[in-house]
Amino acid sequence: MTTEVGSETEVRKEPEKAEEQPAAPESEPAATNQTDEAKAAEQSANDHPAPATDSAEAPAEAKEKQEEAQPADNATPQEGEDTPASPPASEKKGISRFLPPWLKKQKSQSQVGPKESQAAPKEEAGVASVKEEDGEKGEQAEAEQTSSPTAAQPQVEEEKINGEPKPEQKEEVKSEEKEEENHSTGSADTQPAKEEKAAEESQEKSAAEEENKEAEEGGEEKKDEEESPKPEGGHSFIKSPLKLTKKVKMVMCHVTMLDGSQFPCEVEKRAKGQYLFFKVYEALNLLEKDYFGLSYKDNADQTCWLDPTKEIKRQIRNATWQFAFNVKFYPPDPSQLTEDITRYLLCLQLRQDIVSGRLPCSFVTHSLLGSYALQAELGDHDSGEHRLDYISDFQFAPSQTKEMEEKVVELHKTHRGMTPAQADAQFLENAKKLSMYGVDLHHAKDSEGVDIMLGVCANGLLIYKDRLRINRFAWPKILKISYKRSNFYIKIRPGETEQFESSVGFKLPNHRAAKRVWKVCVENHTFFRLMTPEAPIKAKFLTLGSKFRYSGRTQAQTRQASTLIDRPAPYFERTSSKRISRSLDGAPMINVTEAQESAPTSWENGREPGLELSSDSKSGRLRVQGENIYVRHSNLMLEDLDKTQEDVLKHQASISELKRSFMEATPEPRPSQWEKRLTASPATSLRLQAQGRCPPSRTQEPLPDLTVDTVAKSADDKQKSGEAAWQAAEVEIEETVVVEEIRVAPKGSVTITTPEVITHVAVESEVEKPKDEVMEEQKRPVSVSSDSEEEEEEEAGEYHPQVTVSASVDQIKEEPEEEGEEEEEQQVNEEPAAEPLPEPVVEVKAQPVPAVVEENSATEPQLAPVAEESPEDILVTPDEAPNGHAESPEGHPGPVALEEEEEEEEPRVNGDASHSETERLPQVICCSEPPVVKTEMVTISDTFAAQKTEIATKEVPIVHTETKTITYEAAQLDGSGDGEPGVLMTAQTITSESLCTTTTTHITKTLKGGLSETRIEKRIVITGDSDIDHDQALAQAIKEAKEQHPDMSVTRVVVHKETELAEEGED
Amino acid sequence: MAGVMADFGNFTHAVVRAIPSSLAKEALRMNVSDVDLEKAQREHEVYVGVLKQKLGLEVIELPADESLPDCVFVEDAAVVCGDTALITRPGAESRRKETAAIRQILKELGLNIVDMSDENATLDGGDVLFTGREFFVGLSKRTNQRGAEILADAFKDYAVSTVPVTDGLHLKSFCSMGGPGLIVIGSSEPAQKALKIMQQMSDHRYDKLTVPDDIAANTIYMNLPGKGHVLLHCTPEEFPESAKVFEKLKDHMLIPVSNMEKVKVDGALTCCSVLINMKAKV
Repeated sequence: MTTEVGSETEVRKEPEKAEEQPAAPESEPAATNQTDEAKAAEQSANDHPAPATDSAEAPAEAKEKQEEAQPADNATPQEGEDTPASPPASEKKGISRFLPPWLKKQKSQSQVGPKESQAAPKEEAGVASVKEEDGEKGEQAEAEQTSSPTAAQPQVEEEKINGEPKPEQKEEVKSEEKEEENHSTGSADTQPAKEEKAAEESQEKSAAEEENKEAEEGGEEKKDEEESPKPEGGHSFIKSPLKLTKKVKMVMCHVTMLDGSQFPCEVEKRAKGQYLFFKVYEALNLLEKDYFGLSYKDNADQTCWLDPTKEIKRQIRNATWQFAFNVKFYPPDPSQLTEDITRYLLCLQLRQDIVSGRLPCSFVTHSLLGSYALQAELGDHDSGEHRLDYISDFQFAPSQTKEMEEKVVELHKTHRGMTPAQADAQFLENAKKLSMYGVDLHHAKDSEGVDIMLGVCANGLLIYKDRLRINRFAWPKILKISYKRSNFYIKIRPGETEQFESSVGFKLPNHRAAKRVWKVCVENHTFFRLMTPEAPIKAKFLTLGSKFRYSGRTQAQTRQASTLIDRPAPYFERTSSKRISRSLDGAPMINVTEAQESAPTSWENGREPGLELSSDSKSGRLRVQGENIYVRHSNLMLEDLDKTQEDVLKHQASISELKRSFMEATPEPRPSQWEKRLTASPATSLRLQAQGRCPPSRTQEPLPDLTVDTVAKSADDKQKSGEAAWQAAEVEIEETVVVEEIRVAPKGSVTITTPEVITHVAVESEVEKPKDEVMEEQKRPVSVSSDSEEEEEEEAGEYHPQVTVSASVDQIKEEPEEEGEEEEEQQVNEEPAAEPLPEPVVEVKAQPVPAVVEENSATEPQLAPVAEESPEDILVTPDEAPNGHAESPEGHPGPVALEEEEEEEEPRVNGDASHSETERLPQVICCSEPPVVKTEMVTISDTFAAQKTEIATKEVPIVHTETKTITYEAAQLDGSGDGEPGVLMTAQTITSESLCTTTTTHITKTLKGGLSETRIEKRIVITGDSDIDHDQALAQAIKEAKEQHPDMSVTRVVVHKETELAEEGED
Repeated sequence: MAGVMADFGNFTHAVVRAIPSSLAKEALRMNVSDVDLEKAQREHEVYVGVLKQKLGLEVIELPADESLPDCVFVEDAAVVCGDTALITRPGAESRRKETAAIRQILKELGLNIVDMSDENATLDGGDVLFTGREFFVGLSKRTNQRGAEILADAFKDYAVSTVPVTDGLHLKSFCSMGGPGLIVIGSSEPAQKALKIMQQMSDHRYDKLTVPDDIAANTIYMNLPGKGHVLLHCTPEEFPESAKVFEKLKDHMLIPVSNMEKVKVDGALTCCSVLINMKAKV
């Protein structure tokens, strides 16, 4: 609400309190310190535990005043924002949220004091923080209220952000939501105002926030929260009756444009980034603006992106109002840009990148790109006019040689006739292929303290050591992105042969760096992978941590918008590239090469020089293990993005066809596509287990609201409630794929051994791709959040890139802050932008898989360690637990409740997975390298004698394979089996894969003459190089089957061995 | 020039080297085996003949050096991409001197020579798989991280990813490019694993062609004007099953080339030549 006057800083620091109190009384004099006034008002409001409504009204007035006053003269906006968030602040926040509104109010009073003044009771502090936010919102709301009538906001977003806390907040959660709604509606109502007004509003908001932040050194965290356009209840209450004089402080911004020129722009001191953005875009006449951003250097000389939704002043803190206009998201295919001017700007950026060394090129490429740049700027080479020295003014490379210049000229001559636009296009066509194109590098260390670079780009996260790419995590592969303290984590989706997620942790030089990487990741992921930006997190309940989300348009959206561009190509002047060299300083550049040398120096917060990953263990979660760094994911990532970029080669078709039809000599039997889809489900459950998360059986009802409410009730114990809320919030809709075959099973038995299943599927990219997608879809719900939450005292920032949009529930982790550092968690719903979702061939049903989870934990204790989360985290729902091991004593004819049976069966399935000794291997880089020569299949089926005839294993023989089948039939036969088919009640197939084994379990329940019969058929495919002892495998299989289903009888076992003929000697 | 990363597989020149008689006894090998020198030399002549006559490349034949029993495997001595030639520092001490002659000739051809002078670096060309869009460098007995770094430095346009090679001599002992975006890969587990790593590490999508025999996955792909896709691969005599697989590549001109003897000293098809595209020179 309040604009910070120049004196604000002073006032805030200490005088705040003084002013605060006085402020309330001083209704009008506050012209200078609007913020203070606002605070005071808030305080006053707080002081009076009176109902919010009253306060709200008053504040509105204040807001108006404040708004006007905002723009006041704070020429030097140096606020404590820069300072790292102080732990207390965070704590405050956490606590405050739990506190009832009135408490908050009281606290809010304290807020002001504590922030800058220092000592405030924790609770108060906490409240204060809340207030801060609330206050901000409230202020904003006020502003909106006041302003809305008068000034319309140009952008709805802003309004939303500003959230109006009008409604009384009975329950924080509800109120918040309502607020948001209100905001949105309000915003909608508002007419397109001038940005200035919006800016003012924002400023107001921000001002309040700023104060808070300042007080808290942990400003960053708060910022995030603040930034996040989440309306927080309670603010409305705090309306200061103060009247503010209307003073608008203007500040002169200098923006370095891509051509090196300076763009001066006067903005209100409280203006949001958006305003400046707009001014710049406007000046450039740029429509495809979403690829661009404004950057600034923070105090540590690190380049940061200006958040459009936040107040500028709060972001740059003490830094100068100097910005650079840069490309933020490098379009993977610049030819898809609509306008030449956009491409031109991209060219300018790339030329900067090249000259700065940020985009390394070979000599030839430097020359070629330089020649296109020349052509674009100068036109055709004129031998008369252009002497060799005409070129020396241009810079083409970090270090330019005469030889290169000659080459450039030589090439320039060959571009004769090329228009500037064509030259730009050619420039981009070549530049986009460079491996470092659009890669945003960040110094980091791996778990072993080795210097590496994290490269964030359109496709995902790249890991470099020196100049070498040592790992790559494509966005679809990443489940969660988070940071905590100075650590940055990604959670990796398990590969096709892996059972568990893995986390990889990186150590950044400091907390801010970690957060910066996190934000960049969130933004890039959202921009390139999602159709629409993720809705800002609603403060459902007790929200801590950063709510930061990318709020701009995604690439998909901007492309769509671009199609609507209907204007004559705007005229723009291509300015001399000579300037470029001057402007370089502004360009954020990190050279991979430099990484090593410079990296060490930057580790600021020396506190945790070593990897403090261990600290995580406190919370009972064994998080990032050193080994994880090198986790290899055998799962192939096939991104659609590549498709578009890659030329579709004709031969591909033929090749793929050939693949399908033919060879794919890979002897290992692969599940068919159909089967693969099923595969996901067990995997998911396994994962859950690993994480110790209890997949609540109520998964089917994703009623976050309800849970929230319940939680709210117990608000007393904040932490506990927090956790509870957590879990509630996290209740993820786990989708287990259950295939219901509503057919009457022939002979009452269902055999999985349909040729379909067994068929070798040449796993070519084509096949895999869909699979991959399926996996993503089904697995996505796995939320990692449980790890950090529990007893973690620190806020964590998390971002869960999830593939499916619909069902996914945003998980907001709330953790009481300890050190004022945030960890932000965010679940990203990823709608694979360009990726066609797999056809919904399989019906996905939400199914409670809890049983499975527990079962697994029991049967496969060895797997647990692999999981990052310690078993302690496992929350077992009462109902679930029992089921885990319980294997219903109903073998075949047992009249057992179908449900129970199912549950029992699932666990078994997973239990089988334990056969595979190699399960962990996939996660280790150096895996065993057994040649995939021999394949052995063990089929245990409960089929009846009648089915004997059915050959369980229809392994499609491969040319060079020899097969061997051993069948074991149990003497006992179920007489009833054959004749009456019975009625098939349920059937489900579950497949789990590990490196060397694939277990497919098919469970059917049939109703025969009043008896329900359950058959479990398992297909275990073991792939390995070593000679497998058939007999032993058989015995083992039978043994295990009996152990797992003591109440059932093994009726048939088929061992099918497939061995690849001796290979020709190779070395 | 055609621009960055164009013309994959388009070669104009090839550098080969004759087989020294010392190869039979002294050449390094992973498995004990007796090499029929004459047979090997005949094989090599056929190989060179294919490059020269059948494909019309300008073949530069270097004389053998008896003191360098492995000198026929010129691939290990240099990595040429575009107009830049990285002269390697072979992992096997006994082969270090092989680079001199190669360096000389490549320099004469006008390539930009980059030397690997770091004493700690080793790199065999056989560990370098260039896909047209990026490099994969096998970290093997012969190639280390430092060597890969220097390669990355030499070819800045391209991503260079490392792939652990736990089995076999070189990365290309079980894989090679069979066309643009097509990786021919052996079916052994190490090979498959390496492929998965490569696929994970890459921003690009690769098709794969799996052949039953690892060594048969070492092929030479070219895209020559007037000839289109050309693939030199194993003969049916050597690897009947694998040879059948190649026959499925309808768009390729398939040229089976025998390599029975050289393979005994771990020489694959690609090992025996350094291919260069002089047109790529800017």
